[in-house]
Amino acid sequence: MGDDAKDATQDDNHARIAQAFIESIPHASALRMQVDEIGDGRAVISMPWDEHLVGDPRSGVIHGGVVSALMDTCCGAAVMAHSSQPRSTATIDLRIDYMRAAKPGQRITARAEVYHMTRSVAFMRAVALDDDDASNPVATATGAFTAER
Amino acid sequence: MDRNEPLDQIKTRRDSALNALVSGVPYMNWLGIRFDRRGDELTAVLPFDRKLIGNPQLPALHGGVTAAFLEMTAIVELAWAAMWEDLESGRIAPDAAMPESLPRLPKTIDFTVDYLRSGLPRDAYARANVVRSGRRYASVQVEAWQDNRAKLIAQATAHFLMPQG
Repeated sequence: MGDDAKDATQDDNHARIAQAFIESIPHASALRMQVDEIGDGRAVISMPWDEHLVGDPRSGVIHGGVVSALMDTCCGAAVMAHSSQPRSTATIDLRIDYMRAAKPGQRITARAEVYHMTRSVAFMRAVALDDDDASNPVATATGAFTAER
Repeated sequence: MDRNEPLDQIKTRRDSALNALVSGVPYMNWLGIRFDRRGDELTAVLPFDRKLIGNPQLPALHGGVTAAFLEMTAIVELAWAAMWEDLESGRIAPDAAMPESLPRLPKTIDFTVDYLRSGLPRDAYARANVVRSGRRYASVQVEAWQDNRAKLIAQATAHFLMPQG
């Protein structure tokens, strides 16, 4: 097996373990979150639009709180996927900037990364996207998470 | 203000306006959020449900649920405070059955939440304080707690764009 193939298998394994982890979280599974990519202090998690998640009935736009839940979960997953292997993590704070309304009916995808890790704190950045490209995010977030050893 | 307005009528008017504001938001119903009202003071209540769990080992509420709860509380408080005068003077009468009668909700610009304690698998409560509400922008602080009012599980500061016209 070539190195690339081995890496791909390993990534698949990580994603499977991460998916099982997400599904064990009742709220993440209630929102039908799916792990698309994970590893090395990064995570990509997406979820489908649904009628019961709408925050503004006039426009059908999903509520900001749903985007918060997705970004928070994605940041937590990225911390857990850091090479320093934290035992667990919790959110210290999270700031979300809502750049625009997510398009009704489209999946929302969060991408999170650890941009700095200390012994006890992970500094995080994340973006939330719909079907439009990465230059036009729905929301961005920064936050601090605990890294328990 | 009409000092002699029948009490039943006052309560019905306020409660149905609040109900119209809250029941129009599917996500709030899905989370199970409701509001207790004392005069114009609102307390949001999030009854515990298994689907709100974010850490099944502890167990603890999902941080995203806590954030959503705080954000909803801030939005409803802001919309409620903004419509209070019109509601009391009888200029508006929001009705859940008529979506067009509902006031437009403020839009979140940014939202910063501090997590202070992990949320227990119990009911949670929240109250928001409109720090400044201008014609276009508003700044709101909001706190959530569970068993003890003084022991907050989270607090947040948020900025909103007020609906125009």
